[in-house]
Amino acid sequence: MSTTAPNGAHGYADLIPLWSTMTGDEKHTAAATSTLDVLWVLYDRILRVSPSTADDPERDRFLLSKGHGPQAFYAVLAAKGFLDPTALANIAAFDSALGFHPDRNLLAGVEISSGSLGQGLGLAVGVALGLRAAGRTRPHVWVLVGDAELDEGSNDEAIAYAGAIGLDTLHVVVVDNESASYRQHGGLAARFATAGWATADVDGRDHDAMHATFTTAHPGRPFAVVASVEKKDS
Amino acid sequence: MRTRFIDATTRILDEDPRTALVLADISVDQFAPAFRAHPDRVFNVGIREQLMVGVAGGLALAGLRPIVNTIASFAVERPFEQLKISVAHQGSGIVLVSHGASYDYSSSGRTHQAPGDVALIGTLPDWAVYVPGHPDEAEALLRHAVADGDSRAYVRLSEQANAHARALVPGRFDTVRTGRAGVVLAVGPMLDAVLEATADLDVTVLYATTVRPFDADTLVAAVGGARPNVVLVEPYLAGTSAAQVAAALEDTPHRLLGLGVANADIRRYGTVDDHVRRHGLDADSLRTRITAYLAPTNPH
Repeated sequence: MSTTAPNGAHGYADLIPLWSTMTGDEKHTAAATSTLDVLWVLYDRILRVSPSTADDPERDRFLLSKGHGPQAFYAVLAAKGFLDPTALANIAAFDSALGFHPDRNLLAGVEISSGSLGQGLGLAVGVALGLRAAGRTRPHVWVLVGDAELDEGSNDEAIAYAGAIGLDTLHVVVVDNESASYRQHGGLAARFATAGWATADVDGRDHDAMHATFTTAHPGRPFAVVASVEKKDS
Repeated sequence: MRTRFIDATTRILDEDPRTALVLADISVDQFAPAFRAHPDRVFNVGIREQLMVGVAGGLALAGLRPIVNTIASFAVERPFEQLKISVAHQGSGIVLVSHGASYDYSSSGRTHQAPGDVALIGTLPDWAVYVPGHPDEAEALLRHAVADGDSRAYVRLSEQANAHARALVPGRFDTVRTGRAGVVLAVGPMLDAVLEATADLDVTVLYATTVRPFDADTLVAAVGGARPNVVLVEPYLAGTSAAQVAAALEDTPHRLLGLGVANADIRRYGTVDDHVRRHGLDADSLRTRITAYLAPTNPH
């Protein structure tokens, strides 16, 4: 676990202090913390993107589909140098670039404006296809969705199509904090597997386990990882 | 117009490597040559219209210029929030092309008819809306939209068309003729019926193939040269552009008659002509209503 970082950059231990500088939005607090470790592992170990390559066409794309509770996302972006940590305290102010749902037009490093559940996966399919059409084979596309977000039927359209065409640059992490009103019969991974995806389940708090899982090869198929965390409000 | 759209888009895909096409099982057979020529840029997502627009939004984020096509009901109404969020709110642009219009699928009933499409798109900021009245105009407006940077455009195709194409300037109304008793603004396929209806009336006839943005300047100038009686004749919901007329003429006392498709589920099948007559958009009905509206017994 990277808890320290050189050159004045921030490490994992800095995330909660960064997170705590943001106030308000109590409704989304549990959701915000559910994603913290997944986001950290992605930005610390997986995604080939940095503040200096945030506009590089060859960067990996991370799409926060579940735009709710973005404080963890902002904390990780601040820790990784995408945004000035002093901006965090101003979250959701009228003139802030940091809203309770992120806006890519306001904040560098944010790939999509999200908040309406079920939009990110379809966008990610398009981004992956667009990169392929442009001859860019290096970038991977990662999407974070919530288990309750998968209630939205638009996700099924994307899951079915991406599986059918074997879109193997597409990666989805489902952060499962059991917040869906109705649990998926047979488990969330099965929903992707039946559509032809490679799937895995992992502890959404275990950094090394996530690193190992996220780097698993999945030739010819998109990859869905269900990262389980504590039940919401538990 | 649909056939022309397919032919023109097939050529555009050949000409411009930045373009892409996203379909949802509609028009797939007709685009077979495009699928063969550009398998990396031509996509059929199946019967999944939310994904159709979402994929287009993602392609735009990746730097492409997506063209999207299906029947108007499924191009605008079903995936409306994707148009709002996955495209517009991202700051991205696509060229959304629909066919079927208000009742081209006359015998298919309400499910395949979208008289509210332009009104709905009009609630979103910064979408250009093009309503060609002839296949040549459809191609010209399509090519203009595709070439117009990363703008957001809606191109509304119909099998109803005028007999002859007119030279058009995107964004501008075309002054077909001038008169003194009022100004009739005919949108897209309504022009021939309007010209027939007003043949012996002393009115200015403007022709619109771009309705958003709304060419207020041309309307204001036309109203300045005639009595301020304005008649809108739109091939979609009656009065869809009434707010635009009101804003254009905010300093000009005027009257407005909005003619178009009634906001009603009429539960009828039949032919396109049946529907045209039912909504009073045939030349005889238009003539009766416009003549009564302009009658000198009216105030003003």
